[in-house]
Amino acid sequence: MNSDTPRPTPDGTPPAGAPAIELRGASKVFRTPSGGEHTAVRDLDLAVGQGEFVAVVGPTGCGKSTTLTLVSGLEEPTEGEVLIGGEPVTGIRPEVGFVFQQDAVFPWRSVLSNVMAGPRFRGVPKAEARERARDWLGRVGLAAFADRYPHQLSGGQRKRVALAQTFVNEPEILLMDEPFSALDVQTRALMSDELLELWGGAHGRGASVVFVTHDLEEAIALADKVVVMTAGPATVKEVFDVALPRPRKVESVRLEPQFIEIYREMWASLGEEVRITRERGASRVA
Amino acid sequence: MSPESVTAAVVTRKRTEGRTEARARAARRRKLVVLGARTLLLVAVLVAWEVLSRNKAIDPFNFSMPSKIWDQLVQWTAHGTAHGSLGEQIGYTLYEALLGWVIGVTGGVLLGIVLGRVRFLADVLGPFIKILNALPRIVLAPIFLILFGLGTVSKVASAVVLVFFPVFFNAFQGAREVDRNLVANARILGASDRRVTLQVVIPSATSWIFTSLHISFGFALIGAIVGEYIGADKGIGLLVMDAQSSFNAAGVFAAMVILAVVALLAEVLLTFVEKRLFRWKPGGPGAER
Repeated sequence: MNSDTPRPTPDGTPPAGAPAIELRGASKVFRTPSGGEHTAVRDLDLAVGQGEFVAVVGPTGCGKSTTLTLVSGLEEPTEGEVLIGGEPVTGIRPEVGFVFQQDAVFPWRSVLSNVMAGPRFRGVPKAEARERARDWLGRVGLAAFADRYPHQLSGGQRKRVALAQTFVNEPEILLMDEPFSALDVQTRALMSDELLELWGGAHGRGASVVFVTHDLEEAIALADKVVVMTAGPATVKEVFDVALPRPRKVESVRLEPQFIEIYREMWASLGEEVRITRERGASRVA
Repeated sequence: MSPESVTAAVVTRKRTEGRTEARARAARRRKLVVLGARTLLLVAVLVAWEVLSRNKAIDPFNFSMPSKIWDQLVQWTAHGTAHGSLGEQIGYTLYEALLGWVIGVTGGVLLGIVLGRVRFLADVLGPFIKILNALPRIVLAPIFLILFGLGTVSKVASAVVLVFFPVFFNAFQGAREVDRNLVANARILGASDRRVTLQVVIPSATSWIFTSLHISFGFALIGAIVGEYIGADKGIGLLVMDAQSSFNAAGVFAAMVILAVVALLAEVLLTFVEKRLFRWKPGGPGAER
């Protein structure tokens, strides 16, 4: 499936050409409503190779999501550079797909119409858009639900609609912001497997993925490379390579000794940041 | 399956069926009781009014009585009013209110959405709109009468100024409070600013706008009536004015009854349209699960 795609070298640079995504000294400062400044991301360096699956983990509220909005072009960095395919990001690029943490499917559109939205927004004729949407609905197993409205679906089904909605645009860059965090544990494992399948089988070579999560197991099971962020303002603390063979099944891969070893190492690194975040929270309350 | 478990299942089903039926019966009974109590209350009030008025416990000259109001309605229906048939008067008032409502709603929705989307305009126009909203706009009715004369235009204008503001504020709020995730998602999926407005902002503001449509039709009626009351040659407001100048309290009350019926019919129609439009909403008629 995906095992024959060219593996990137350990530093994230593919053998030829620029990395798919690169952040160079990127910082993002938000103005708070009270007039103060909040630094969400500070001096962030990160490279994602072509077709590489990178998971980003960090304590809650550390600025992981901001990293994604910078790459997506929804926000611009206050300082530093964000590059996609070697070009600076100045707006939303057509090759980018984004799966949001909360439900972002359009509640007033039927399931099919939701999946058609992307191609229609991009000027694809209606008939072709419908055909592509039906195809993707089939792949996420929702062909029978095409005429339903989102509120008639379960949380997992809605997430599948969101995946189909994103994948139908055939993104080369796939950004995912804790996409499965609102789902129950079983559905989550199932969705992770489905994601890997869609990613590996989509168009021969998988998209370059940045997957934000706070779930270490999820991160290791999915990714080629896991980036551990510091407590906010976020910056890269450590990068771990996950050399587990693909194709992977989430439920079985987590039983492998290598998985457990990586997990232990990563938790030592992440746990420290989580502790810092928690202590800060406690001192703020006190 | 063993025979015992089969019978057990049947028994349970029977029992639950019995329970559902009993529950349905209780619900039906409750509905009837509520309806009966309502009718009783209405009849009691009307009878008390009639009796008190006939015995001069309350002044029949000021408060009239249901039988006289009924007589007035019958007389208007059968013999017409001093200004033509009753249907014509209702038609005029309804036409003015409806036209004013449509214009006010269109203007309010358009400006609300535009200001909700264009920050600069909202910042510039914001204080002026607040001031206009704070004014008791009904006093504009005499000015409209001077401007546009006794015809329908002056009534339409007073209906417009009353309808515009609540609709505007709701549309504005609706456009402002669109789920940011939905907008971000649409933009990532490739929507232009125009598409975001048309296909994300407007649909999600619709439920806000509809809330204001319910109240604002009442406002349109008020605008038309007050306009007619100040000066007109046709309409229910004119009937009220006539009744007042001949000290005919029954006439005023009869006009009120007509207005109430008109407003209720409009409300029913609006609710029907709303239900069709909001099939995508949980709890709506589309939610058959």
